[in-house]
Amino acid sequence: MLAKPDQANQPKLLVDGLAKSYGTAVALKPTHLAVEAGEFLTLLGPSGSGKTTLLQMVSGLVAPTQGRLFIDGKDETQTPVHKRDIGLVFQHYALFPHLTVAENIGFPLKMRGLSSADIQKQVANALEMVQLGHLAGRFPRELSGGQQQRVALARCFVYKPAIILMDEPLGALDKKLREHMQFEIKDLHRKTGATIIYVTHDQEEALALSDRICLMNHARVEQIGPPHEIYARPRTAFAADFIGISNIFRGRVECGANGAAHLATPSGRLRIDGDNLANDAEMALVVRPEHIELGSDGENEIRGNVAEIVYAGSETRLLVEVAAGERVTVRVLPGKPMPKLGENVTLSWKPEAAVLVTP
Amino acid sequence: MSTTAVSHAVSPAPRRFRFGPLWLAVPGLAFLAVFFLVPVARLMGLSLEDADTGAMTMAHYARIFETDVYFRVLLITFRIAALTTLFSLLFGYPLAYWLARLPEHRRGTMILLVMVPFWTSYLVKSFAWVIVLGRTGVINQIGMGTGLLSEPLELLHNEFGVMVGMVHAMTPLAVLTMLPVMTGIDRRLTQASGTLGATPAKGFWLVYFPLSLPGAAAAGLLTFISSLGFFIVPALLGGRQQTMLAQLIIVQVQEILNWAFAGALAALMLTTALVTCWLYDRVFGLSSLSGEPSDGKSGRKGVLRGLGLAILDALSVACSAVSAGASRVLGQRISARMLGFYCALMFAFLMLPTLVVLPIGFTSSQFLEFPPPGYGLDWFRTYFTSDLWISATIRSFGVAFATAIVATAIGGFAALALARSNSRWRGLIFALFLAPMIVPRIVIAVGLFYLFAQMGLVATDLGLVIGHTVLALPFAFVAIAAVLKSYDWRLDQAAATLGANRFQALRFVTVPLIKSGLTAAFLFAFITSFDELTVAIFVSGGVKTTLPKQMWDDMILQLNPTLAAVSVVVFIVVTTLLLAAERLRRSSQA
Repeated sequence: MLAKPDQANQPKLLVDGLAKSYGTAVALKPTHLAVEAGEFLTLLGPSGSGKTTLLQMVSGLVAPTQGRLFIDGKDETQTPVHKRDIGLVFQHYALFPHLTVAENIGFPLKMRGLSSADIQKQVANALEMVQLGHLAGRFPRELSGGQQQRVALARCFVYKPAIILMDEPLGALDKKLREHMQFEIKDLHRKTGATIIYVTHDQEEALALSDRICLMNHARVEQIGPPHEIYARPRTAFAADFIGISNIFRGRVECGANGAAHLATPSGRLRIDGDNLANDAEMALVVRPEHIELGSDGENEIRGNVAEIVYAGSETRLLVEVAAGERVTVRVLPGKPMPKLGENVTLSWKPEAAVLVTP
Repeated sequence: MSTTAVSHAVSPAPRRFRFGPLWLAVPGLAFLAVFFLVPVARLMGLSLEDADTGAMTMAHYARIFETDVYFRVLLITFRIAALTTLFSLLFGYPLAYWLARLPEHRRGTMILLVMVPFWTSYLVKSFAWVIVLGRTGVINQIGMGTGLLSEPLELLHNEFGVMVGMVHAMTPLAVLTMLPVMTGIDRRLTQASGTLGATPAKGFWLVYFPLSLPGAAAAGLLTFISSLGFFIVPALLGGRQQTMLAQLIIVQVQEILNWAFAGALAALMLTTALVTCWLYDRVFGLSSLSGEPSDGKSGRKGVLRGLGLAILDALSVACSAVSAGASRVLGQRISARMLGFYCALMFAFLMLPTLVVLPIGFTSSQFLEFPPPGYGLDWFRTYFTSDLWISATIRSFGVAFATAIVATAIGGFAALALARSNSRWRGLIFALFLAPMIVPRIVIAVGLFYLFAQMGLVATDLGLVIGHTVLALPFAFVAIAAVLKSYDWRLDQAAATLGANRFQALRFVTVPLIKSGLTAAFLFAFITSFDELTVAIFVSGGVKTTLPKQMWDDMILQLNPTLAAVSVVVFIVVTTLLLAAERLRRSSQA
């Protein structure tokens, strides 16, 4: 057992066909997922996409309808929640209101039967780690939202669980504090080397924190990969739309005789690249705003009127109406010539900057 | 609250309303001052006066402790009240726990199984236990019939009978008081304790139980205080050895006309109740009575807290071991169902005795036999052809109707006033409106009797309405305050910006939106009055008898099947109104 040759390659967490349904309502379709030790994986998706269900099944709070779950190669599907070596940071922290900060953090250690001297030492270390040493004797309600969040993190990191699960932990904080806490979580991850599975519906948070993002939609995994890959190479229109700003042109493939293919869209006929394109197939072309240029340098060209100018500080976004009801977002950096509202402009992009996805 | 600041800006003459919205509470305050505070204070005063000279004396108090007789009654009263509290909490806690964990819509249904026994008349409940526990009662007949018993058990007219009746009467109150605190406990806290490695037993004792403690303590407080003033159950189910303080007071007032001594006994009861309240407030804070999660007080650091946590630690370890053992012996499935099974038993205990009465109302026998040898409507005929019963019934409906209107109006304005006010008097006024629920009814009733005797209101319908309004006011007040809690006051501001004056805003916006709460308040007040015996015993003066008073007189004299028929009517009226009120209350919260 100890000398198993593939021990090194064994994933920390292996989700093998895990699924959950409540009566006829499917909360999660059979899902496969492997998380490596020390990885920071984010489950990203809109509400109802199944990400929280998956998290709760990993934690043991919800029993799966089918499938199995391995932690360090050991089948833990039937292990009750309190015997599973996982940590869960709740959305609203779930700090025990009748216990002090120190008692809250000491709780998991006490459950594991540590001596009070050990508990004291480790709690002090954990408090140090989240810079709350001076608040050890306070009760949760006497703390600010950010402080409560740090206590929740400390309570989870203190017993070094095999996997740490975080269920939208920053959801209750305001934007500024949220960004600050993102750094703290990233820092904790780096310092402790913990394996973290993080649930959020905030794409910016997912891009900022994760080693890999597991994008979920309609109770299944839509796409999984590193943030830059999901951003640059979305596989579906949903993925492109959910992460970052996208211009999506939907249409039918027209294969030319010379191998050149085009997508017939309401905005015009657009040149596309790709192998094995089936004639007449429904596809969508994704072009990020930063890849569209004003003027006719690119190979793909469309024209339209400037319908809206949105100033966003570091950049300005133009909404160009290229067909009835079809608007394209274009990014204009400061210092570049700015068209006027209603002006007729030409937009273009290089074919390699566009990604062909399933609609 | 910023709402008040804004509404002041809207109001054209802010300076005239320095007392603010609290003006609306004035009718209620005046009413309670005259018909609650004054009579109770006067009664206390009487206990310190020499009946002939009016000089101050402690003689009446000295008399309580002079002879063994009165002192024994005191001890018995405390003993029964304390035991009732203990058992109601023990039996009620798991039931409340189970209810609190149900999904909301199912809890709404199941809670009716506690609400119905809670609102069922004490007279009907006690009558039911007489039928169940009597020498020829249901239990003995079944026992003898099946051969399990060779001779009938003595279940009645002893401490056992009283305790069964008291615990049965008080458990619903305990459950309903604990429940709001328990449902307020965040479910994720128990889940969190699980993910942090606590077994379910440890999670319960270290997390859930301490958080539920303020609710359990509030339940203990209310059951203890209510038990102190009880007389129906001990009178009907107990023997001479179980005479309680309230019975003694009734005898002093009605038979011996010794007001001063009755006052001294009432003062003792009131003092005990207030001291209990004070103790509770010191430890938990009175705010947890209204179902709010514990405020600052419960989290205080100190020896008490350390000791409490240590005890819980020990309990958690013990229970964790026991439950691990139990689930090994019984298997996971059975041990997981134990609680549900227990709750089914409790519901049966709470509901069945009353249901036994129903068929007896239709008996063809001359006796209270169960099951009835045959069925007929004879006893209903007796009831409906008796002038005495019918006039009592009509009076009860009339008095209850008037009481409900007055209590809803007064309570409604008071609740409105307190919801809008942020005055520092708020807490005190709130407490005053709840006080008639805390002060034992017998104390209020005797005090009112003395006052009414001077005002010439004894044996009048008006006297009954006033007395019942004092008792119904807290229920109406709480029902309306609960609806107003979730009421969005910005709607009133919106109405004001749209040109409505205060009265129009109230008339066209607030009242329609809280209508269901008002109706619920009306129905609860109606039931309170319809069921009321204590005030009726004194104030009806034997002439203007109400339905409960007539039942009481009959029960003391001679138990007969007419009582069962009357009980059926009372039970159906009260249950119907209750279900209507509950439905309304719930739809108003949705």
